[in-house]
Amino acid sequence: MKKTIKNLFSMFAVIAMVFAFSTEVMAAKKSKTLKNTQKKGFVRCGVSQGLPGFSNADASGNWTGLDVDVCRAVAAAVLGDSGKVKFTPLSAKERFTALTSGEIDILSRNTTWTLSRDADIGLTFVGVNFYDGQGFMVRKDSGITSVNDFKNGISACTNIGTTTELNMRDFFTSRGISYEPVAFEKADEVVAAYDAGRCDTYTTDKSGLAAQRTKMKDPTAHIVLPETISKEPLGPVVRQGDSVWEDLVRWSLYVMIEAEEYGITSANADSMKTSENPQIKRLVGAEGELGAAFGLDNEWSLRIIKQVGNYGESYKRNIADTGILPDRGPNQLWTKGGILYVAPAR
Amino acid sequence: MKRNKILPQAITLLFIVLIFGFFTMNAQINMENRGIEFGFGFLKQEASFDIQFSLIDYDGSHSYARAYLVGLLNTLLVAFIGIILSTLLGIVVGVARLSPNYLIKKTAAFYVEFFRNIPLLLQIFFWYFAALRALPMPEDANLLLGSSFMTIKGLYTPAPVWENFDIFFTTLILALILIFFVNRYAKKKQEEEGKQLPKFLISLSIFIGLPLLTFLAGGFDLSFSFPELKQLAKTSYTYEGGMGIPPELIALTLALTLYTATFIAENVRAGIQGIGKGQKEAAASIGLTPGQVLKLVIMPQALRIIIPPTTNQYLNLTKNSSLAAAIAYPDLVLVFAGTAMMQTGRAIEIVAITMATYLSISLAISLLMNWYNKSIAIKEK
Repeated sequence: MKKTIKNLFSMFAVIAMVFAFSTEVMAAKKSKTLKNTQKKGFVRCGVSQGLPGFSNADASGNWTGLDVDVCRAVAAAVLGDSGKVKFTPLSAKERFTALTSGEIDILSRNTTWTLSRDADIGLTFVGVNFYDGQGFMVRKDSGITSVNDFKNGISACTNIGTTTELNMRDFFTSRGISYEPVAFEKADEVVAAYDAGRCDTYTTDKSGLAAQRTKMKDPTAHIVLPETISKEPLGPVVRQGDSVWEDLVRWSLYVMIEAEEYGITSANADSMKTSENPQIKRLVGAEGELGAAFGLDNEWSLRIIKQVGNYGESYKRNIADTGILPDRGPNQLWTKGGILYVAPAR
Repeated sequence: MKRNKILPQAITLLFIVLIFGFFTMNAQINMENRGIEFGFGFLKQEASFDIQFSLIDYDGSHSYARAYLVGLLNTLLVAFIGIILSTLLGIVVGVARLSPNYLIKKTAAFYVEFFRNIPLLLQIFFWYFAALRALPMPEDANLLLGSSFMTIKGLYTPAPVWENFDIFFTTLILALILIFFVNRYAKKKQEEEGKQLPKFLISLSIFIGLPLLTFLAGGFDLSFSFPELKQLAKTSYTYEGGMGIPPELIALTLALTLYTATFIAENVRAGIQGIGKGQKEAAASIGLTPGQVLKLVIMPQALRIIIPPTTNQYLNLTKNSSLAAAIAYPDLVLVFAGTAMMQTGRAIEIVAITMATYLSISLAISLLMNWYNKSIAIKEK
């Protein structure tokens, strides 16, 4: 009897300790995902299976790309080192399940922001890191120069499980053209089948077309038609229900874009601490307490800019210099004629 | 004594229920935490994506339920064709492996060893990508059997155009019923008088003759529409009219057939070799012809050995057909567990439906084969 009571007491003590601990954590205003990330020591990031310019691994397994840089920015902010990211390559089909099931914490995989994805399936889009649109690629010698040249019976290769399939139907149906959709699970097979001549056209986001063209036998034998048939705002996604983590990923991206706006680069970030402009000082952590909102120190944004660079640097390094899309088009700052316009970090 | 038997059963049952309950609750709690809803209402929503190849009328304005049906039928189609072709090929190769002819025997053995030892997915990729590249573009295609074209975009054959198809169909059913009665009469006659009627010849002539008579009487009409080359752009062509069979279906069927037939061939060989030589000799000694020996003595016994492992191969083929997703053949996995899952985000529901579907197909095949197996098994009296 005595022993039972003793046991009971020790159990209560344990429960009380657990409660005390959990209230303390709550007071620190940390999210569950953030806490787990700090405990593990790396950011778990879902990327594509290889899309040059956006997320692509080289022979030694180093990931580079515009989408990859979003995850690196979060790692720099949270863990102080942009290299502390574990990348998980995912097919279009697997990506949302991997995120909602908790296998990854950020999905940065050229994913289109749509209403049904945002509202319906336990996901939250945090922003746009690339404004894209769906286009068509054809063989140059086919003589097709515009989508108006498409005729009944055309066969179109694409990926399954993307908005591409839906846009393609909208496009062909609205024009009354009968077509044969050939949908593969992986991008490599789409490219191989199109390249072999199975399809007359290959359709996906224009950035994807430009990137995949570099993988073909003879890249110069193919052209991307000028028309854009859809809006494809691509951006990182997080799980629904952890608003602190959501904000953190969003502002890691926004800091990169705003840094470009104020001319802060990875090279001059440190010297900007003495700037006259208070907004620049805030971005490099010399003024204000912006990191506190996430439970981070004040130099989180400085680390992003120093280690990953601003958006313009990332774009130049990954997309322009690799020859994929040298022209920034809509992905230029709003002050320079593009549509990149983010809320102020203050 | 009785209690001793019930108690362990009850505990096992309780254990299973508890485990099942734990997983269900776990899933429920986690889904709630992550804001995922559960329900099958999405099946009625508009699918809004098109499917390359469909046996029933379908386009994107139909529902997800209809898209599911399209995928299911495509899976059943490839499984059905695959089972028939691999059985035929399997029997031929299995018998060939026992041939006294050295060349035939070794060729069959080489085929079996080669195709069953290479992973199936690799074979599918080979037939699709390697064989596909070797095929000509539509404009360079040569005539095949007078009216068909084999191209990189598929096989184009003449399509039958029926007039009064229902009359033709009714005639066919009538012929089958007539054949059934003829056979029963022939069997009765043989049992009573010992006379053998040429059953096969009579059946065949009824099967061909009856529809032919109705056709000549003008009951129905059959004509063909032929595929014609059509220019899409300066250097791109396709065929219009006729029937187009996509290369994905051809490659998948070819790979599944060649792979599964090796296993069936081994079953057939084992079945025939499992019957003692004495059986054959005894049957011959009572005056049966070689054909009768095979039909009445060897095969009924060999089948008992062949059927159960062959059932397994049929199940394997059906399940392996889900590899179709790799080469864009729109089967159940690609259409439903692929596109539909992505567009709706209903992973748990869709995977559950897909699993239940494959389970049902497999159980149905098993049931059918078990029933057949029972009908040929030794009937102990």
